[in-house]
Amino acid sequence: MRGVRLKCVSTRKFKTGAISLSLICPLDKKTAALNAVLPYVLRRGTASHPDMVSIEAYLDELYGARLEPVLRKRGEVQCVGFYADFVDEAFVGRGTGIIEKVSELLGEMLLMPAIAGGRLRRDYVETERDNLIADIKSELNDKRSYASHRLLENMCDRERYSVPKLGRLREAEKITVATLTNHYRSLIGCAPVEVFYCGSADPDRVARAVRDALSGLPRREITPLPTTEIRYAPKGPAREFTETMELTQARLCMGYRVGDAMRRPNRAALSVANAMLGGAPTSKLFMNVRERLGLCYYVSSGLDSHKGVLLISSGVDGEKLGDARAEIEAQLAALKAGDFEDWELETAKKSIVTAYLSVCDSQPALEAAYLDFGLSGLELGADDIAALSEEVSREDVMEIFRGLALDSVFTLRNGGGDDVQ
Amino acid sequence: MFNKYEYGRIGEQCWRERLDNGLRLIVVPKKEYNRSLAFLAVHYGGADRRFKQGGEWTDTPAGVAHFLEHKAFELEGGEDAMTVMTRRGANVNAFTSSEMTAYHFDCVSDFYENLETLVGFVTRPGFTKESVEREKGIIAQEIKMSEDDPDHAVYYGLLKGLFKKHPIREPVVGTVESISGITDELLRTCHSAFYVPENMTLVTVGDLDPISVRKEAERLFPRGYRMSPEREKVREKLEPAKKRVTAKMEVAETIFLAGAKTDSPSGGADGVRAELVAALSLNTLLSEASPLYSELYSEGLINETFSYDFERSNGVSFLSFGGETARPDEVTERVLAEAKRLADGGIDEKYFARRKKAAMGDELRALNSFDNIAYNLALGAAGGYDYFETAPMLKDVTADEVRDFLKTWLTGERLSVSVVQRKE
Repeated sequence: MRGVRLKCVSTRKFKTGAISLSLICPLDKKTAALNAVLPYVLRRGTASHPDMVSIEAYLDELYGARLEPVLRKRGEVQCVGFYADFVDEAFVGRGTGIIEKVSELLGEMLLMPAIAGGRLRRDYVETERDNLIADIKSELNDKRSYASHRLLENMCDRERYSVPKLGRLREAEKITVATLTNHYRSLIGCAPVEVFYCGSADPDRVARAVRDALSGLPRREITPLPTTEIRYAPKGPAREFTETMELTQARLCMGYRVGDAMRRPNRAALSVANAMLGGAPTSKLFMNVRERLGLCYYVSSGLDSHKGVLLISSGVDGEKLGDARAEIEAQLAALKAGDFEDWELETAKKSIVTAYLSVCDSQPALEAAYLDFGLSGLELGADDIAALSEEVSREDVMEIFRGLALDSVFTLRNGGGDDVQ
Repeated sequence: MFNKYEYGRIGEQCWRERLDNGLRLIVVPKKEYNRSLAFLAVHYGGADRRFKQGGEWTDTPAGVAHFLEHKAFELEGGEDAMTVMTRRGANVNAFTSSEMTAYHFDCVSDFYENLETLVGFVTRPGFTKESVEREKGIIAQEIKMSEDDPDHAVYYGLLKGLFKKHPIREPVVGTVESISGITDELLRTCHSAFYVPENMTLVTVGDLDPISVRKEAERLFPRGYRMSPEREKVREKLEPAKKRVTAKMEVAETIFLAGAKTDSPSGGADGVRAELVAALSLNTLLSEASPLYSELYSEGLINETFSYDFERSNGVSFLSFGGETARPDEVTERVLAEAKRLADGGIDEKYFARRKKAAMGDELRALNSFDNIAYNLALGAAGGYDYFETAPMLKDVTADEVRDFLKTWLTGERLSVSVVQRKE
């Protein structure tokens, strides 16, 4: 089918089968909130299962199959869809046709939503819009992710990357039945679709089931797979942003551009470099800033290998903010200078090998990895990246460290009343 | 005897034996997996605060079990076992609940080296007086961080509402004050009392040879059999200590958790069956597939944070339900009214049958997770039941049992409500 790609992983090791379906959309401030709310609205009811009670009843009959909306941000791409898993036929008897039934339900959810007057149902749209608004607001509850979001919003203010996965509050508030229905129609007509299956069924049978389920897909001009704009260097000196809030600990977030290493990204080396810096418990940051000097409650680094942005995030006592930041920068400088032991590299490699090999042991992780690799244009599996990680050299990671340039810093300080000690 | 057990209906098998030193050993072979997991449970947790030693009762402050978990990783000479294992590429972690301290790792290579390190640091403490003092700062930070967490606050708010004196009402991590008095001597006392093979379960899951695992387990653990001490059994009335507990924090939406104590049997197959009945009752009443959930959700009274739970540990049991809502009292009232309707004969047989079918599916799905398998097998080993036998038990649970459960426990007078409101 045009614009639909199916990936099958055949294995008998799980108790369940899994099918996912994602519409691949460019991340854009005008559509992000619409995309974010859409799978939740579609999940509310279909033509033949018009409300949650009847959907859940049907899922119960399918031995408690689960079908959940999934929303992801990968670089400047927003992936919108559903993930379903269900008991493998080996445990409920061959011939139950559970793969066909789940595929059909997925197809119906995408293509035949509950409709009123030719539009998505008002009550569904409005409650889900309100839920989205509440979710965006409740980000406040988790100070750690709030600080990361605020950093990215400021750091990438001229880039689509600044748009959060859930979209912006003011866009969410503007969602109406008409705007969402129009957006929905254009998406199913034009967005590339990625389908994933993992389980014991024969791939041909899965392909048939998926083709049948999506036969009503109104394929028009398919949008090319959206891409992510990469900025290789910050515009100037690091920018500083600060907010205050009533807190027991301050939060420090530092955003870096990965730089030239993004011109031909080496996924294995990027993962290993991040593990050495702050992505593993034997990392420079964890061992020094937290364990040796006790300057923070937590410190870690994370890397978006689509966008080429590396983020260091830390929880710190207000009065130690300066020391913590200085030490973080000192540790990165050490890595840039090649001032690290061989065991640090070897340990990071082993932790990345473990991580990628473990992906093969989990259906949701496999699903996420295939989507991720597919978007990066990598024709590889997690086990391949594990093998490549073993080969990563000192020079490979040094090249990445040298390219890291600080772009922006966001600090969340205690401002309301006395610090609660 | 190290015997093999087959569970055809769920496609699992395991080897198990209680060794001469009292260690419970369970080996679950899993073909085709890259990861192997070892899970060492010490059946000693945050609520095991008072115990009998040499004829005398000993009282310990809140947070000792968790403190011990932190210090266990320190090897003689000060090296950190976590670093040693992480350098081999293993993922190592530990947690403390109210009734268990568990140390576990998973890896894709060097399994037996890691097992040796794990058993070594758990059975031979390496901490010193100085390192214990130093740890207080780190744990105090962890406590403060948890105190910042609204979910933590609403949960312990409920436990304080439900229980008057049972130690389960104190956070497992303790408080900054309670841990300040902990000494290395106290940690040693508790370690030597509870960290004995008789009080431990080792579960491995992965593509491992059972005979080799057993051989290593025999070699690595201390030889002698020694009983861990008797713990105090705290009995409480079933009425809640307080009807309502309120806190104010910086949250976007009010969070609530309502709950009630139950008198479920605490051990053996009866206990786990009671747990299944409780879980299926709450599932029938409150799951996403229930009529009530759908109503409340459509009216915007609850969102996807709404959840429910039944917990059974340390000789007590309680149910709970809650989530974000602007109107906690209205949600609570509606739940009670629906429970009454169902208890008065309103359980549709078809609906109940398919909820059971779905619950079976959930039990099977849970077997994808090594951590879940290991945790539940260990819990069952100490609690006198076999986790792999529980899923098939579901079949026999009747709608009458569910009615009884709802009628007995979901009533206004049993309920305590914990609320975290936004600070204005």
